[in-house]
Formats: sequence, C-alpha cells, structure tokens
Amino acid sequence: MVAVWRSAMALEAVDLVKTYSAGRNKPPVTALQGLSFRAAKGTVFGLLGPNGAGKSTTVKILSTLSVADSGSARVAGIDVAAKPDRVRQAIGFVAQKPGTDPMGTATENLLLAGRIHGMSRRDAKARAGELIDRFGLADAANRPVSTYSGGMARKLDVALGLMHRPQVLFLDEPTTGLDPQARSEMWHEIAGMATDEQMTVLLTTHYLDEADHLADRLAIVDHGTVVAEGTPEELKSELRGDAVQVELAEADGRARAVLQRVPELREITMDGCTVRGRTDDGARALPPVLGALEDAGIGVTSATLARPSLDDVYLRHTGHSLETAGDEDPKGLEAAK
Amino acid sequence: MTTTQMEPVGTRPLTVITHSAFLTGRLLRTLWRMPTFLVIGLVQPVIWLLLFGQLFRSVVNLPGFTPGSGGFLQFLTPGVVMMTALFASAWAGTTYLQDIDRDVMDRLLTSPASRGAMMCATMAYQAIQTVVQSLVIVGIALIAGARFPGGVAGVGITVLAAVLLALAFSALSNGVALLTRQQATLIAISQFTTLPLMFLSSAVMDLHLAPSWVGDVAGYNPVEWAVVAARQAMLAHTDRGTVGTRLGLLTAVVLVMGLLATRAFRAYRKST
Repeated sequence: MVAVWRSAMALEAVDLVKTYSAGRNKPPVTALQGLSFRAAKGTVFGLLGPNGAGKSTTVKILSTLSVADSGSARVAGIDVAAKPDRVRQAIGFVAQKPGTDPMGTATENLLLAGRIHGMSRRDAKARAGELIDRFGLADAANRPVSTYSGGMARKLDVALGLMHRPQVLFLDEPTTGLDPQARSEMWHEIAGMATDEQMTVLLTTHYLDEADHLADRLAIVDHGTVVAEGTPEELKSELRGDAVQVELAEADGRARAVLQRVPELREITMDGCTVRGRTDDGARALPPVLGALEDAGIGVTSATLARPSLDDVYLRHTGHSLETAGDEDPKGLEAAK
Repeated sequence: MTTTQMEPVGTRPLTVITHSAFLTGRLLRTLWRMPTFLVIGLVQPVIWLLLFGQLFRSVVNLPGFTPGSGGFLQFLTPGVVMMTALFASAWAGTTYLQDIDRDVMDRLLTSPASRGAMMCATMAYQAIQTVVQSLVIVGIALIAGARFPGGVAGVGITVLAAVLLALAFSALSNGVALLTRQQATLIAISQFTTLPLMFLSSAVMDLHLAPSWVGDVAGYNPVEWAVVAARQAMLAHTDRGTVGTRLGLLTAVVLVMGLLATRAFRAYRKST
C-alpha cells in the first residue's frame, strides 16, 4: 500500500537541475537549471514550453526514469530519489512515442500492463474491457496494434497509463502528431480524466490552445526553469487589458512616435507594417489610435482588438513566440544560449 | 462503463518470477505470430551442417584427429548447435533496442516491473528459441546419417549446454544494448566477439590439428566449454567430470553476465 500522504500536493519539484553530457570535448547541455513547481491533488497541471525547454526531462525525473543532478521531487508524497519503487506503483506514464507492443492486440497490451501492476487476471480483464469501450477501441481490440491509426494508437497509450488507476498520470505531449479530429477526441478524454479517475495529471505540451483548454494550472518553462506559473486566466490577466493590432498600408517609421502620444496605448512595438500595443479598454483606445494615424497621414488597412492569449503571456515571459520557437530543433535551441 | 473501484490496485508485491513469466509470454507471443526469425536462424546452421559435413568429411581421417569420435557429422553437430546458440543470442539485445526505440522500455521502467525480471524474460525467451533450434539441428543431423551413442541423455546435455551459452550471451547482448542503445554498435560488438570465439574453439575443427596456442586460449572460451560438454555427452562412454566442470563454469558465466547486464539498467537510467 502507498503510504498515507497528508499534503494536498500530488507533485512537488524543488530546484531540479539536470545536465547531459553532449559527448567528448563538448560542454554538457543544461536541460534543467533550478526548475520548481507544485501541483495539487486532483488537478491537471500543464508544463508549457517549446521543444528543448526541459519539459520531458522534468517528466523523466518525476517518473523515476532519470535522476536529477540536484534538487528534490515528490510524487504522490513519495520522494522520487529515495523510493523510486513506491513512486512506480503510484504513477501512470504515457511517453511521447508509443509505449505499446505493436505485435500485441489492445487487450493483450492492457492485460500485460495490469498484471505487471499486480492486478488479478479477472480485475485486469474487466478494467481492460472498460478502457477499450471508453476509448472507442472495441472494434480493434483484437487486432495487432501495428494496424492502428495514429489516433487509435495514442488512445491505447493513454489507456495503458490508466490501466492500474494511478494516483498521478504523466502525459508527455499527448497530442503531438495527431490530426485535428483525433486531437479534439483526445482533449475530450483528458478533460474528464482528473475528475472521473480522481487523479492528478501532469501534461506537457507545446500547444498553447491545449494548455489553455486542459490545464487547471500551468507553468511556462523556458531554458530549464519555470518563468511563470498560475491558472491560464491568472496568467492572461497579468497582462492587463487588450491587445491592439494595427496593420499599416505601408511600413512607416513615424507610426511608433505618433502612437506614443496616444495616452491610452502602451507597450508599443512595430514589426514591418504591423504595430502592436496594449490598452486597458480596447473600445475606448481604438478611435484615438486611428485618429492619430489619420492626422499624421499614415494609411491603415485594418485594426483589431484581442483579449490576451497565452501566446501573449508566453511572449511576455520568454521574449519569443511559442509558435516560432516550437519549430526549432531542441539541440539548436540549447546551443543558441 | 462499469463502476470505478475506489481501492488502489496493483500495489501487491509480485515476485521476479511472475513478472518474468508475463514478459516472456509477451515475447513468445510475438515469436508465435512471426516465427520468421526462428526459421531464418536455422537456415545457416543447416547449411553448415550439410555442406561442411560433406565438404570436410575426410578431415576425420587426418592423422591427429581424435580417434573414436565417429564420423565428421557427429563431430560437427555439437559445434553447429553451439554456433547457432551463440549467433542467435548475440542478437538478443535487438529486442531491447526495439523497445527503446518505441517507448516500451520507458513505460516498463516507470512501472513496478522488476529489472531482474526484464532481464530474465529476454534471456528465457532466447533460451526457449535455443531449445527448439538445437533439437531441430540434432534431428537434421540424425536424418543426414549422424549417430550419437550418448543417446537421449547426451542430446539433453547438449541442449542444456546450448541453453547456458545462449543465456550468457543474451545477457551480454542485452547489457551492450542498454549501454550503447545503437543497433550498429550492437552488430559490431556481436560480430567482434562471436566469430573469434567460434574459431578459437573446437566447434568445427579438432584442436589437436590447430596450433597449440589456440588450444590454450580455448581453455578459457565459454563456447569451447559448451562444445566439449556436448561432444563428451554424445559419446558412448561419457566422462562425467569433464561435462560437469564445463556446465558448472557456464552456469557461473550466466550468473555473472546476468547480474552485470541487470546493473546496466542503472547506467541507462543515469544517462536518460
């Protein structure tokens, strides 16, 4: 039995540091440099960041796959460094790549996972059947996994992680590589998971909309540390107010100076024909902005107002947009430091 | 959907043995569905047995060839059985590499599956294949005209020696797979070890006909121990002491290799 644990925290990471050897005559790569976060029981906690930010390394340390150079971590109240065996009984792990045996069927894969976790044959059969129904795999349950579509295989991966009803489930990039349809189905599954199964989910993702949609709380991870943490709403409201975006008819360097004289607008940035700014009340700010540009004789093709998005949060804390950063090669990102 | 049980499951202690059985079962199921490798693994030894058996038939007539060892086919059969066990088990690490390549390995390592059981399962799987292949080779040799005065007991000891050899080298191969995680490195190391071990033994040639240093080196070669034990057991009058010491040495190698290879999981964890 897993020891009674009184803390309300299902996951606690404190000052995790991890470096990897990059090979002979090369400086070691720092994956984590003092990463800390806490996730409460029964919640979905998101780690958001580009490839190479340190999300997967964090998951590997918490799931006992890897050992931190320094720092400490507790999962379900158990110290991962001191009692990895106990942690393994309490967690489910869904890696980035498929964790299924391609020559086995869904049922066989699930039964093996259940039996390894000490379930009786009867319990394991009942639970496998339940998960197969729930993930809509009934028609394919007795086919080898090698015949599955990407979405089906991914669902089975998640089902494998859930088989033994873990207290904490790790989902490492659960929807990467899935088509939009499969992705929305997976979201639907994950959303109900924390409540239905009474467990804590640690989700890593580099999709902002996924973090926004699924995570109760999230930490933005960049270069191996947490740069911001909170609920998606908190993080967005920290930015105070709406984003104003004006597209100019042609690039005009005067636009910035002109707009700086508009008192309602702040944090003005220019990028080619696009001018961005921030305001407490978009509806009141837009007329003076357009007026000032018209008075200066600067043509405007469009003007938009937007509530702050997580991408704005991300941009603010890391200095780069996730959409572009996510495409970079992780090694390149490390080397660029 | 059925109701969700509240009490946590999967926390009862399980022994290495049950986990080994589950994991071996998975590997055997794959083999049953795709027995190609088992069959392909037999093509080469059968060619050796039949082709070499014919080609070098008159070797037994050379002066110096141990008298009373029967025809060349009888001499060759234990050698071919051991070569087959050796070459097949040197590839055993491939199963781990496939599991690492998908994230099956990581999922097992984050589960309560015991490392010892993960090691035992791949070794047991290799041993079962070796039993099947060894019996097929002996069967073909019998059909081709070889006679083994050692009888059923002799064949049993031959299979046992082959199994011990397979266990030792599959553990080695698994350890290399865990440490290097590269198919190319595994192939290179397998070839670098198996070929010299085979030719520094009496598998295909009586060592009385080889330079004396080869015989000296062969005394420390596990492949030679297995070949000697099997060849002795196949004789009409078996020297039990010779068989016993060789099997004992092989068992010791299996234990050491198994323990070392299981320790390689730690290095795998450190470098992940």
